[in-house]
Amino acid sequence: MSNDILVYVEHLNGEVTDATYELLATARALAAQTGGGVDAAAIGAGVSALTASLGGADRVLVAETDALGAFNPQGHAAAFSELVAAREPALVLVPYTSIGMEIGNQVAVANGLPLVSYCLSVDASSGLSATCQLYSGKVEADVTVDGDRAVFAMLAGSASADDGRSGGAGAAETVDVTIPDLAVSFVEIHEPEGGDVDITAGEVLVAIGRGIESEDNIEEAQELADALGAPLAASRPIIDQGWLPKTRQVGKSGLTVKPKVYLALGISGAPEHLEGMRDSATIIAVNSDPQAPIFGVAHYGWVGDIFDFIPELTDRLDG
Amino acid sequence: MKIAVLMRAVPDPVEELEIDGADLDRDFLGYVLNEFDDHALEEGLLLKEETGGTLTAFALGSADEVEQMLHTAIAKGADSAKKLGDDLDAVDAHAQAATFVSAIRDGGYDLILSGVQASDEIDGQVAMLVAASLDLPHVSVVVGTSPGEGSLRVTKEYWAGITADYDVATPAVLGIQTAREAPRYVAVARIRQAQESGALEEVDIEQPENSSGVTITAMRLPEAGEGAEMIEGDEEAAAGRVLEILQAAGVR
Ligand SMILES: Cc1cc2nc3c(=O)[nH]c(=O)nc-3n(C[C@H](O)[C@H](O)[C@H](O)COP(=O)(O)OP(=O)(O)OC[C@H]3O[C@@H](n4cnc5c(N)ncnc54)[C@H](O)[C@@H]3O)c2cc1C
Repeated sequence: MSNDILVYVEHLNGEVTDATYELLATARALAAQTGGGVDAAAIGAGVSALTASLGGADRVLVAETDALGAFNPQGHAAAFSELVAAREPALVLVPYTSIGMEIGNQVAVANGLPLVSYCLSVDASSGLSATCQLYSGKVEADVTVDGDRAVFAMLAGSASADDGRSGGAGAAETVDVTIPDLAVSFVEIHEPEGGDVDITAGEVLVAIGRGIESEDNIEEAQELADALGAPLAASRPIIDQGWLPKTRQVGKSGLTVKPKVYLALGISGAPEHLEGMRDSATIIAVNSDPQAPIFGVAHYGWVGDIFDFIPELTDRLDG
Repeated sequence: MKIAVLMRAVPDPVEELEIDGADLDRDFLGYVLNEFDDHALEEGLLLKEETGGTLTAFALGSADEVEQMLHTAIAKGADSAKKLGDDLDAVDAHAQAATFVSAIRDGGYDLILSGVQASDEIDGQVAMLVAASLDLPHVSVVVGTSPGEGSLRVTKEYWAGITADYDVATPAVLGIQTAREAPRYVAVARIRQAQESGALEEVDIEQPENSSGVTITAMRLPEAGEGAEMIEGDEEAAAGRVLEILQAAGVR
């Protein structure tokens, strides 16, 4: 095995994702602990061009292949597994994203390595350990890993993307990978359609979560939003229920917003939601559960019932 | 199409959690069906209806809620339901996956569905671990499926509303994020009927060892509201203070 850290380069439409730059920043700190280098593996069509922004790594392993489409859960994982088997890095970092979670699980199983999920931070100074977020962000857990090699799936925001992006171009090393017969084939990508309301443009956002309970209650929240001249946004379950359009969703699989004021009503603050709003200038949270993780990122909080709070604030704004 | 849905009970996210050593204090903990498994069940039911197939729901754990989950699955349209093992509340995702694998391995399923993740999966995601140990193809973060001949068209969500379609040859495993339709409701009377029908089967499975190589050494509740100004008083006080904050931010 080597002392190196191997980072999976997540990319889409010719761009490296922020999550990857965050991994590079984390990898740099870990390499100082293991005394190794930072490798980044870029797999897919046109990935040679990605090296221009991957100077955060000491070496970029470039595996050009047209066979996989934008992302193939089976093909990309097989190719990355092969690189992990050949290079035997001490630590493998993947982002805990839609793409990274598929890669992480398969690479860990294929190489017989432990996998640590939901990671906030990793330490390799004496043995391998990590701090993770469990139970939708309500609990922090410290873990240790058996052995001296493992795969870590890092939550968004675990390091600064700017730190990982600052290295200019990376030194490329072309590598060959074998793509197995694929039972999963990529068909096409769909970009989201624009919506009636642009929640990323609002100075103030009123955001509702499952605490709103039913579709009938949306109107009450809309009245508050109207009184503020703010768009109404929501957490994912509200969108999944079909109560508001997809363009109103804040978070990992929705939009990232940075309004001056984000008013979170009946939203627990799961990591996937926080990802989309934690950089708002001022966050105000109302939730009946004093343990709700949303209070961990809020600047102001009130523990109470949104159905008491909403009409009260609406009245004052109208009055 | 022969469909298996794998379900887990997870600690109720709205309950107050307490820590006991390196685990939750589970004595008085309430459990609920993992919300993503609920979506997996719904997508499975839709596919069963479209293809004229069968659906078996599997669930892990000893909590009373597990039987409730399985009776609900039957009431919603599952053809059979199996409760696996007896003392599996605190095992890791590897052990959960191993238990599911031993239950479904010889079942001849065309499609195995489970939730994309669960809130306690520190050592990997069960759906993907099951796929890897059965050496089956899988797609995760799935938000819709439509059946074809010997394959499925599957939509995977990337992020920021971007999705991609895949064709997946069956047998396959899918990690469901959201079903095409919101999970259906079912009348309590139907659940009671399912309870009385005796359709729920208990399968005795030897509890696998935790084998993930990942050990939790400490747990803590992050200080909620640390750094936040917590507003005291009733809703009038709260609304008054929030108005001041809006004014100070220059948006009012
Ligand atoms: C791959 C993936 C991507 C995801 N992407 C996103 C995303 O983009 N955006 C997103 O939001 N989620 C996303 N999720 C889902 C996320 O994990 C959570 O399930 C979701 O954020 C929870 O939404 P919520 O806070 O509204 O609901 P819950 O977690 O159920 O919280 C509801 C809250 O309301 C409070 N409450 C209830 N009643 C009241 C009342 N009367 N007054 C005050 N408070 C009340 C409760 O205490 C609770 O804290 C994603 C998940 C996955 C796996």
